[in-house]
Amino acid sequence: MTIYVNGEQQEYEADFSVQQLLEAVGVNPDRVVVELNRTILSQSDFSATFLKQSDRLELIQFVAGG
Amino acid sequence: MDELIIAGRSFRSRLMVGTGKFASNQAMVAAMEGSGCEIVTVALRRVDIDNPADSLLTHIDRDRYLLLPNTSGARNAEEAVRLARLARAAGCEPWVKLEVTPDPYYLLPDPIETLKAAEILVKEGFIVLPYMPADPVLARHMEEVGTATLMPLGAPIGTNRGLRTRDLVSIIIEQANIPVVVDAGLGAPSHAAEAMEMGADAVLVNTALADTLDSGTMSRAFCKGVQAGREAYLAGLGPQRRQAEASSPLTGFLRD
Repeated sequence: MTIYVNGEQQEYEADFSVQQLLEAVGVNPDRVVVELNRTILSQSDFSATFLKQSDRLELIQFVAGG
Repeated sequence: MDELIIAGRSFRSRLMVGTGKFASNQAMVAAMEGSGCEIVTVALRRVDIDNPADSLLTHIDRDRYLLLPNTSGARNAEEAVRLARLARAAGCEPWVKLEVTPDPYYLLPDPIETLKAAEILVKEGFIVLPYMPADPVLARHMEEVGTATLMPLGAPIGTNRGLRTRDLVSIIIEQANIPVVVDAGLGAPSHAAEAMEMGADAVLVNTALADTLDSGTMSRAFCKGVQAGREAYLAGLGPQRRQAEASSPLTGFLRD
């Protein structure tokens, strides 16, 4: 299935969870905020949330800034 | 004790520090420590999934510093509200430095979109510190919708040009019932002192601390500038005069 991670098109197997995706890209779930199709996901839902074709996922973190 | 109170919370320091543009995390931490600040700003951005970096937060002691996420990068109210909600979801307290800067060249804050976003965020329970044009009428509107502070700019972000908006900031200070934090453009400790002498409640500095070879020393200098200005304001500056007024006696001269 095709999903969009931070605006970039990516291919994943069906039934991939958000948790699995974070592990696949090497992102610490404690350090990011996840938005799925413009809705914020709480960390406790990462494992039970499965991605679907054309989902749009945003992985966001704090960076230095004024 | 002369404390800064924002939304019911007390702070000893009147200098807030931005964490952007430092040459290294060590320089950033040196600036935070040297400044004596208790509030530091951070931004939110997409993770680079090809190269997930170290988290900034591993370098910031959350027990010591209140994290103030900004909404930098937002070009309208909707984007700013989205960023503020993401920051809160990331486990921050609901404090937000609201920034809406559609113009990339001068990064000037959009007064209309900033006010719209402020109103929405206040209703959602956020403590809103709005980066705003130095406009006293807009300041009134911000206060009416319930922002926690006013953050008029001294000069465009990152310019180090000082308090170019001096006369308007002075009116904002005169009329405000909430703390006024001069943000952006302060490039030297004397600029910070000038804002504090006028009665600003605090200043926020970033670029001036990052744009130097020695961020630790510069942040200590800014800390002193802020303290000097604050004490001068509390003591009360003497009036300005057109003509000289002798400081020494005008009697007993050694002449005939």
